[in-house]
Amino acid sequence: MAQLLQHLINGLAAGTIYALVALGYTMVYGVLKLINFAHGDVMMVGVYMGYATAFAIGREARGSFLGIAAVFAVAMLGCALMGFLIERFAYRPLREKPRLTALITAIGISFALSYGFQLDIGFLPGASPRAFPEIIEPTEWLIIGDRDVVVWNWQVISFLIAVGLMVGLQYLVFGTRFGRAMRAVSWDHRVAALMGIPTDRVIALTFMLSSGLAAGAGLLYAIKDTSVSPLMGLYVGLKAFVAAVIGGIGHVPGAVVGALVLGLVEEFVVGYAASTWRDAVAFGFLILVLLVKPGGLFGRVAAEKV
Amino acid sequence: METPALPIPEARTLVPPSLRGVLPLLIAIPALVLFQWSLQGSEFATYLLSVVGVNIILAVSLNIVNGMTGQFSIGHAGFMAVGAYIAGYCSLQLKEVALSFLPVAASDQVLFTVALLVGGCAAAACGFLVGLPSLRLRGDYLAIVTLGFGEIIRVVVQNTDAFGRALGLSGIPQYSSPGMVFFWVFLVVLAARRIAGSSHGRSLWAIREDEVAAEAMGVDTTGYKVRAFVFSSFFAGIAGGLFAHFVPIINPGSFTFVRSMEIVVMVVLGGLGSTTGAFVAAIFLTLLPEGMRSLFGALGTEGSLAQRVDQIRMPIYGLLLVVLMLARPQGLFGTKEIWDVLPRWLPRKRRGLA
Repeated sequence: MAQLLQHLINGLAAGTIYALVALGYTMVYGVLKLINFAHGDVMMVGVYMGYATAFAIGREARGSFLGIAAVFAVAMLGCALMGFLIERFAYRPLREKPRLTALITAIGISFALSYGFQLDIGFLPGASPRAFPEIIEPTEWLIIGDRDVVVWNWQVISFLIAVGLMVGLQYLVFGTRFGRAMRAVSWDHRVAALMGIPTDRVIALTFMLSSGLAAGAGLLYAIKDTSVSPLMGLYVGLKAFVAAVIGGIGHVPGAVVGALVLGLVEEFVVGYAASTWRDAVAFGFLILVLLVKPGGLFGRVAAEKV
Repeated sequence: METPALPIPEARTLVPPSLRGVLPLLIAIPALVLFQWSLQGSEFATYLLSVVGVNIILAVSLNIVNGMTGQFSIGHAGFMAVGAYIAGYCSLQLKEVALSFLPVAASDQVLFTVALLVGGCAAAACGFLVGLPSLRLRGDYLAIVTLGFGEIIRVVVQNTDAFGRALGLSGIPQYSSPGMVFFWVFLVVLAARRIAGSSHGRSLWAIREDEVAAEAMGVDTTGYKVRAFVFSSFFAGIAGGLFAHFVPIINPGSFTFVRSMEIVVMVVLGGLGSTTGAFVAAIFLTLLPEGMRSLFGALGTEGSLAQRVDQIRMPIYGLLLVVLMLARPQGLFGTKEIWDVLPRWLPRKRRGLA
């Protein structure tokens, strides 16, 4: 029983981090109908930005609230800028082209980033994983019984941040003028432009928002995992994407639910079966969900018209 | 659709009709034997040509799904893995068997062919399984299912004792030869071209251009898509089998998502839908790292850059994809074949789409 509870907690904690990354996928897909394959790698770059900042501000400042805020701010702003540049120079010129072209471009950017960061030329970090500095001291937040169930502070923090961001995003999308513009662009960006919505700006802002979110999520992941490597984006990004599709891509609460479900499924596989099967089960679960509900759990399949 | 008859003159050839069907084979087989003979003794050329050949098979076969049918599949390395492991396993089991009525070398090649076909059929069966979801899934969703399928295969192989888990399968007899590889290259190109020109191929093109319209015109879209998957994965399995029989060891690390993407890059560079484009791009992208290595070696950058070629290959592939999509989204040849883009004074093969 205690073991089950512990698995539940670990699964939820893993799921919240997937959820944060998945929200970025879902937002970009919702607005542009583009699977931003490079999202995970943007996250990876953000983690390295945070890593560099944490070293730059020194050991003492790292533990303070201001230090943590600085690490997050630099990573998130840096990534937002990078997201803007990627959108401006790689995706915007292709907006009127078939969707496949943009998908291939996204895959290209993903590869350029993740493998470019493995080089050890100049400032690039090289392929070997590095230890992430402890910006949040991991402490046990709640202990039940004789360490039967342990809840860590970072688990609580990331859960609260994820839930907060989800509520915030839901408000942004359904409660603000910007959100209304986003939904209009998502519905039909040509008509939205005719109605006076600055579509390019809305799309660029969506990209910056999603990239900044990715950086924040990546830092939480690095705090949990304590190691960073150039390939982390490829697999975390893939999992988050799977989560977004399970929830119904383009659907904000769906992404969170999908990510939590995926986190739980993976945790139970690791806990009760074998950890080596984790990735296969994640993808098997995805295929199963898509076969039963082709649009994901919450998504709807748009009827195609000729 | 009745078009006015194009003034295509009946091709004047010296080949009697009875020979026309088998003529390519009659030319190809002696040429391949000659080719094989000319390569004797140079191991590096043999290895390089085998790799080039395997990549051509993969690219041309993926082009049938991605290019002709327009169903974006990014898990081709998974099918290759199925072929490689099943064929390798077969060969390991059949190692002691010899067909006594044949000389040893011939008997080995017969057993090798059997193993290849078994691997190819296993991959084709997997292709059928992956093609089925295309009943309900479209576009990006189908792409992600193929990706997931490739990863599932890798994990399954990694956890199967018979396949050596993460260590891989070693001791597979080295039956593969450039002659054999290029025989299959010849077969896959021939098959792809025959498909492209057939009514079957027209249906695939129709699905690629507009699936809803194709269905409205009475094309059995699901059937054609599944068949395209089966066909493509069969050849990917063959390529895997050939690969397994010339590398000393196969392990799950050879069949990752990255491998799939390399094949996608080849198809996209060549032009989605162009068989000869995929062919040329596969040769180019396989030889490029070697060329860069020898170039840097010749320039005398004390080996450091030459050693880094494999490292910088993947970022370059990534940037290549981006630049290509921005500058020339249709790839080098678009949907044309190489003879359509040759200079005007050379005779054209035929008019029309295919």
